[in-house]
Amino acid sequence: MSDVVLELDAVVKRFGENVVLRGISLQLHRHEVVCLIGASGSGKSTLLRCANLLETIDDGTITLFGQSLMDPRIDPDLVRRHVGMVFQSFNLFPHLSVLDNVMLGPVRAQKRKGPEVREEALSLLARIGLRDRADEYPDRLSGGQQQRVAIVRSLAMRPSLLLLDEVTSALDPTLVGEVLDLLTDLARHGTTMLIATHEMNFAKDVAHQVVYLDKGVLVEKGTPEEMFSNPKHESTRNFLERVR
Amino acid sequence: MSLDPDVIASEETPYLFASKRSRLLVGRRGVVASSISTLVILGIIIAVLFAAPGGATFRYYFFDPHSMWVSWVGNPKLGIEAIRSGLLTNIWMFLVSEVLVLFIGLALAWTRMSHSPVLLPFRILVTAYTDIFRGIPLLLVVFIVGYGLPSLQFGFVSKLSLATYGVIALTLTYSAYVAEVFRAGILSVPNGQLLAARSLGLTHASTMRRVTLPQAIRTVIPPLLNDFISLQKDTALVSTLGAVEATRAAQIFESTNFNGSGLVVASLFFLALTIPMTRFTDRLMARDRARRLAVAS
Repeated sequence: MSDVVLELDAVVKRFGENVVLRGISLQLHRHEVVCLIGASGSGKSTLLRCANLLETIDDGTITLFGQSLMDPRIDPDLVRRHVGMVFQSFNLFPHLSVLDNVMLGPVRAQKRKGPEVREEALSLLARIGLRDRADEYPDRLSGGQQQRVAIVRSLAMRPSLLLLDEVTSALDPTLVGEVLDLLTDLARHGTTMLIATHEMNFAKDVAHQVVYLDKGVLVEKGTPEEMFSNPKHESTRNFLERVR
Repeated sequence: MSLDPDVIASEETPYLFASKRSRLLVGRRGVVASSISTLVILGIIIAVLFAAPGGATFRYYFFDPHSMWVSWVGNPKLGIEAIRSGLLTNIWMFLVSEVLVLFIGLALAWTRMSHSPVLLPFRILVTAYTDIFRGIPLLLVVFIVGYGLPSLQFGFVSKLSLATYGVIALTLTYSAYVAEVFRAGILSVPNGQLLAARSLGLTHASTMRRVTLPQAIRTVIPPLLNDFISLQKDTALVSTLGAVEATRAAQIFESTNFNGSGLVVASLFFLALTIPMTRFTDRLMARDRARRLAVAS
């Protein structure tokens, strides 16, 4: 299958004695949205970090665009230029304006031309309604606005895959909606995304596939319909029961 | 398992007024109290200067206006070095040292924190360097450089002025301090910033230059200025080599005129140089604290 973007095969990750991922296997196709659900500490974040080599795995293989990330010839910086990542805590650069935050990657990592990137960055900001805030610094924005800028900062790299790590968990409940709306919009436009989330209704809405992790084990995966209306496993049922 | 209801909801009405004694120190009364205590302390100091058996000698020895003036302007006919020209040597020494220390300290910190395998031997060297020069008293470094380099008889390196050897010694020691200040600043940048930068595909070096350093420098400025204040004072140590800077000039005046007023003059001018910097540093620190609190809320 040529349209497989990301493939994990029996991935194991340890932090010392602590085994965080216990043989995870997973496939992500182009234009597909996969949501990772599970309690805190289930391994969702670690899985995302392994996918863009912020963490190295201890066993198994991760294949990205048909190339094994375990190959020592792989350049992690090149991998990350094609895989966007958005964090729970936004991590915007406080010393750069909103526009410079969005332009940093394309200009400094991809070495694209400033004026062209600027144009594109401004139109991306316009898309989230923040074009007139382009010259302000992140601390002037609300959490929801900051997180949308962080998403746009990733998009400016034109990533082939977007990893989102509980991007609404640090937000005030009233600001969650605007961020989820943006992600829903991206999903409609065919962005390939791997999303760790606690927002079950959102997962139900946008995911093509939902994956339930528990203590580093992939317990169950399936379409949102299967997972939410008819989970097969006891622990999946318990988890969904608790978050509802 | 029921809790005592009296413990959970007390029936007592709490009394909320401050005690009479602490009310004396509040508001306008507080101003009065602080003025009185200041006057009392000042009075005690002055009283000691005047009442001590050697008070008059002490005042003449350190605060004789005529001696203070002569030591400041000097007297070439009597071979009295002017403190004011010595002070220029101090200023020259700390200005040159500070610029050098800034660049060398940053380079050392950068090297120590790099990940490149090629730089491994340099990382080890830098670690050894900072350990060594933070551990040796500056006075000894001044001696080793000031007596050591001339004795090498190695071309121009052995024929520099005493003040230049002072600059070298100050730079060697303070670069080690400042390297650690920079390193602490770099380490204080939240890890999320590095993750975000690396996730954009920036290399380690670009991340350092575009994301880490610009943020580190802000946190580093107050401690850096603190080190510079120390450096300015420590230029006095170069007097031990015989370089005629302010301290040395004051010492010469003392031994030729048997009067230490020059030492007070030199002290006053060191104060005049460092106090503005100290105040400025305090202001920066207060502003930085305020900004951090604003972001945290």
